[in-house]
Amino acid sequence: MLKVNDINVYYGAIHAIKGISFEVNEGEIVTLIGANGAGKTTILHTISGLMKAKTGEISFLNQKIDSIEAHKLLEMGIAHVPEGRRVFAQMTVQENLEMGAFTRKDKKEIEESFESIFAKFPRLKERRKQLAGTLSGGEQQMLAIGRALMSKPKLLLMDEPSMGLAPILVQEIFNIIKEINASGTTVLLVEQNANMALSIAHRAYVLETGKIVLSGNAKDLLGNENVKKAYLG
Amino acid sequence: MEGIIKFLQQLINGIHVGSIYALIALGYTMVYGIVQLINFAHGDIIMMGAFIAFISITVLKLPIILVILISVIFCMISGILIEKIAYKPLRNSPRISALITAIGVSLFLENLFMLIFTPNPKPFPNVLKVYQINIGNLQISNLTIITIVVSVILMIGLDFFVKHTKTGKAMRAVSEDQGAAQLMGINVNTTISVTFAIGSALGAIGGILYSIAYPVIDPFMGIMPGLKAFIAAVLGGIGIIPGAMLGGFIMGIAESFTKGYISSQLADAVVFGILILVLSIKPSGIFGKNIKEKV
Ligand SMILES: Nc1ncnc2c1ncn2[C@@H]1O[C@H](COP(=O)(O)OP(=O)(O)O)[C@@H](O)[C@H]1O
Ligand SMILES: [Mg+2]
Repeated sequence: MLKVNDINVYYGAIHAIKGISFEVNEGEIVTLIGANGAGKTTILHTISGLMKAKTGEISFLNQKIDSIEAHKLLEMGIAHVPEGRRVFAQMTVQENLEMGAFTRKDKKEIEESFESIFAKFPRLKERRKQLAGTLSGGEQQMLAIGRALMSKPKLLLMDEPSMGLAPILVQEIFNIIKEINASGTTVLLVEQNANMALSIAHRAYVLETGKIVLSGNAKDLLGNENVKKAYLG
Repeated sequence: MEGIIKFLQQLINGIHVGSIYALIALGYTMVYGIVQLINFAHGDIIMMGAFIAFISITVLKLPIILVILISVIFCMISGILIEKIAYKPLRNSPRISALITAIGVSLFLENLFMLIFTPNPKPFPNVLKVYQINIGNLQISNLTIITIVVSVILMIGLDFFVKHTKTGKAMRAVSEDQGAAQLMGINVNTTISVTFAIGSALGAIGGILYSIAYPVIDPFMGIMPGLKAFIAAVLGGIGIIPGAMLGGFIMGIAESFTKGYISSQLADAVVFGILILVLSIKPSGIFGKNIKEKV
């Protein structure tokens, strides 16, 4: 579904992503794990068009997407839950979700999406008139996920959804990711929390300073001694 | 009794000018909100709006509705072009570069219009038969009423637009977080263009109303009302739409009372004094939130 082929990404002179290739197949949860600064966010930004790769190719559903502008990718079916949630703090929960459906036209279908997201996240429904900035961290993460789902994506990119959350909430968020995947959305999950990510993912890639150093089935990596030592503590 | 009449009279005058400042201030604040730039060329948009109206009336002899329409459209296009040509290439540069560019654009427009129209002041034609309406001992001109009504309607319209329309919400989303807005499928460039267009349209109308109230126009006429409107925007909290409206009215009323009770020469000084006072108490302006280091 998503193919990333030998991309190189730079911040000025800093070579952040050094020839990375990987793919995500339809229906999978694939996780990219790596320490802080490994390049996870940069990869997601490059896929969703917020950054450009200097060389290499990215294709989605057999279409080259590396030169497509960020705002057009959503319509193609790629939604992105950014690192640090980045909800619109001065807008209400309802408005944030509306922004998620910005590219959709059919009012009825949008209404149905609202219903299904409120069913998944009842707390968002209670707080729909509240400003997003006043929500707790966990609620903001749910809003960020709900907002991305409002576009009915085929592929959901998620950047460290567990960051800064209490363990119970982390569990809840990961359960939700599993649910989202079970209902037919492919997920590319980026995480520092390797344990959790590997426990729900089908396949995984291990990232170190801009390079993929290991890849395989999530279960195998969970048992891999090197991975255990480096990421699972 | 006479004291009260004078007070009310000054208040009404103040609201009259204040509503013009408020309209202009909206352009500063909306642009700042979305691209964190003080668009120093906004005062010149006012001037251009006035000049285009002037030509439409004197040369083209168009009816007033068309005059307003042409002036508004001209300013909207100018606003969009200024952003695309001068500011967009600097979007990721330090804000000071964009700020200096804005001053450059302002000087360019003033000099361009000076070349075309000469620096000599021109009388702005009488488009409105101004007469006074007496309410008891109070006198209100029809111009005052029209100005206030037009401004208030535009402000209510803008408020509705920003709060409830899809484009308005996109503007708010972009002003909070451009990257996140792009991830929602919002076209940031289009949204910024719309913001400049709306700000410039309000500026054009502000410019026409200003020129009817003070019927002499010249290529530098935008500087003072532009500066005062800018102060109004800062006073209310730059980037905050209701702040610009309130700031505009405060500026107009303060100016009018100073002129009425103290002295005309002091009016500008008082207005700047208020700014310094407010900012020393609340640096982010009246409606401003926590202090953000921007510009
Ligand atoms: N805006 C930036 N400017 C310069 N270097 C950056 C910038 N953002 C990230 N980097 C560098 O790129 C590398 C990858 O960063 P990032 O993708 O954010 O990693 P991760 O998401 O895995 O923590 C790091 O070395 C980081 O220092
Ligand atoms: Mg990151």
